[in-house]
Amino acid sequence: MIDCDLHPSVPGWRALLPYLDEMWREIVVRRGVDDLNTISYPSGNPLTARSDWRDDAGKPASDAARLGKEALEPFGTSIAICNCLWGAQATFSEDLGAAAAGAVNDWIAREWLDRDPRLRASIVVPQQNAELAVAEIERCAADRRFVQVMLLVSAELPLGRRQNWPIYAAAERLGLPVGIHAGSSYRHANSPVGWSSYFAEEYVNVAGAFQTQLTSLIAEGVFARFPRLTVVLMESGVTWLPGYLWRLTKFWKGLRSEVPWVADPPATIVRERVRLTTQPFDGPPDAATLTRFMEHMDSDELLLFSTDYPHWQFEGTQAMPEGLPDALAQKMMVENPLRTYARLQEGHP
Amino acid sequence: MTVDVLKRPEIQPAAASRLAIADCDVHPRPPGAGIGGVSKALYPYLSQRWREHVQTFGVRYRQPWEKGSAYPKGQPQACRRDAWPNGDNPGSDLPFMAAQHLDPNNVELGILNPLTSGQGAQDSELSAALTHATNEWQVAEWAAKDRRLKASVVVPTEDGPTAAKMIEARAGDEHFAQVLLLTRTAEPLGQRRYWPIYQAAEAVGLPVGIHAFGYGGNALTAGGWPSFYLEEMVGHAQCQQAVLTSLIFEGVFEKFPKLKVVLVEAGFAWAPAHAWRMDRQFAKLRKEVPHVKRLPSEYMRTNVWFTTQPVEEPEPRQHLADVIEWLGWDRVLFATDYPHWDYDEPAQALPFAMSEAQKRAIFRENARAVYGR
Repeated sequence: MIDCDLHPSVPGWRALLPYLDEMWREIVVRRGVDDLNTISYPSGNPLTARSDWRDDAGKPASDAARLGKEALEPFGTSIAICNCLWGAQATFSEDLGAAAAGAVNDWIAREWLDRDPRLRASIVVPQQNAELAVAEIERCAADRRFVQVMLLVSAELPLGRRQNWPIYAAAERLGLPVGIHAGSSYRHANSPVGWSSYFAEEYVNVAGAFQTQLTSLIAEGVFARFPRLTVVLMESGVTWLPGYLWRLTKFWKGLRSEVPWVADPPATIVRERVRLTTQPFDGPPDAATLTRFMEHMDSDELLLFSTDYPHWQFEGTQAMPEGLPDALAQKMMVENPLRTYARLQEGHP
Repeated sequence: MTVDVLKRPEIQPAAASRLAIADCDVHPRPPGAGIGGVSKALYPYLSQRWREHVQTFGVRYRQPWEKGSAYPKGQPQACRRDAWPNGDNPGSDLPFMAAQHLDPNNVELGILNPLTSGQGAQDSELSAALTHATNEWQVAEWAAKDRRLKASVVVPTEDGPTAAKMIEARAGDEHFAQVLLLTRTAEPLGQRRYWPIYQAAEAVGLPVGIHAFGYGGNALTAGGWPSFYLEEMVGHAQCQQAVLTSLIFEGVFEKFPKLKVVLVEAGFAWAPAHAWRMDRQFAKLRKEVPHVKRLPSEYMRTNVWFTTQPVEEPEPRQHLADVIEWLGWDRVLFATDYPHWDYDEPAQALPFAMSEAQKRAIFRENARAVYGR
């Protein structure tokens, strides 16, 4: 079985120094550049790491051996996709972002992928600058253990905007899905109606951020321009999707003259081209309602199993939402991920 | 909703046999001026100082254009092509509105939501003057002339104390049915700067309607400004989600337990999933927000209502009945959004099986309960 979203902890610049070139090593040390731990996941926050997945110092997911013991073996996971959430995408300097992203990618390859053949990773890119992002994608893609390009859902520009298109062109050319993960570079208020007070609000509203960015990708014509591109929404929540598509499709019918390149109904585009990881699962509290809700989803191909380790989304090993039919659960764990990530098929036992 | 205009039924006279309905979102607009302008119809209710001010300095909002909407609409003023009375602004002429909408649809209660009222004007004093004038104009030109129509108290949202005084001034005034805010404000609407509004609304017993749109100046997505009107329209649902998150997690319903909030013109199919998500995150993060005492979904069951329009259109439509059941059949209020382009026709907007009691609840009884009319 395949886990499509796990988070190794990047320890900071000190661990990354060997993977920086001399100039950046000197800059980081001499200027005392602070670590890029993102405020999207504050280190002590209960959501950031389940308490039994923290070590004595409170740190989660600190090495490959631990991840294997805590996140792979208990779930019977044979392949796991690592998504490093360290703020390379949020630096105001594009060059610093590119240096950080490159170091994270080399670090994950050497310190994690080399040590556990079950692990794969997403390419962290400096999404501040599409040209630098493409260079990083091309540099990493030669290593077949990198199976997708990762973007944060909230950046400087809506993800569909044309400035980002070189990233999609490169991903499509190299057969890599683009995985959009929860997180932000905090260039704009964390909600469309302004800055909220609490982390709980910000995290709830991440689902809204995914909705608006999916609208952007569809409306700007990314799926039309890049017909072989797959987009995976990670840590996005899933139950917003049907109601969102009903609304988007209705307004697409009314306003499609504004976006004539969107030739297919949005729901069709999503069913063919978009996938979502399951945790944090935001389903109804009872199985009967979940069964009815899954009729609204109207597809058994959309969902990819994930634990979101070490984020606290469930207890024990109850990563699979209760109440789903066995056949669907099986598809989410194996078939759907294998279809989504071409490179997983190369190494699947 | 999607209607074949060539086959649209002829306008029918009001028939006693037809279900009387409440329309919780009707848009009056003063004649003459476009979006961003100030109609001369408001001048009788503005002081000399403010009349001169708007003629000299205009009204400045947190958006690029001197007049008009941030995003070009799909058609002029986002209105039905057939809703222009003698070429003047849609929603500017009561007899025309009555003949086209209120009479044939047997509307017995229509909640007026004026959108170009000066809410969100950068100069808060000007916002107060314009919203006051809009309140006076709603009474004089609409509510006093047609008892089916009830006005909304529009207020300078960013100035809580002044807004509260304006709400208190309408206490007991039968012409007003609610306080009206827009979703997109300077800060999320749950924040304390807006609490005087809720305190006053609760005290005088008026629900607070929160309608899509506004001029908060915050990017329409947490990742920046989208390109298209299509994205803005779809995005009203995500704005409304963030408003609801803010009201609940800031503890507004703990502080003002009798406050009624009606979320207007953002549909409702998003709401159950949002409730599930809030409940699950609250379970883990409640220590951060100890002032929140109940599950978020419980506040939605007691303090929040949703208007239907623009009603989502699933295939099959019966999915909407699931959604309403998850929200509660007492939570949903019918609205047309007359005279806007995405108007929902009462006879066609909710094409799924409902019991007679459910139909009456959504089309009338829920609104009567919320608005006390």
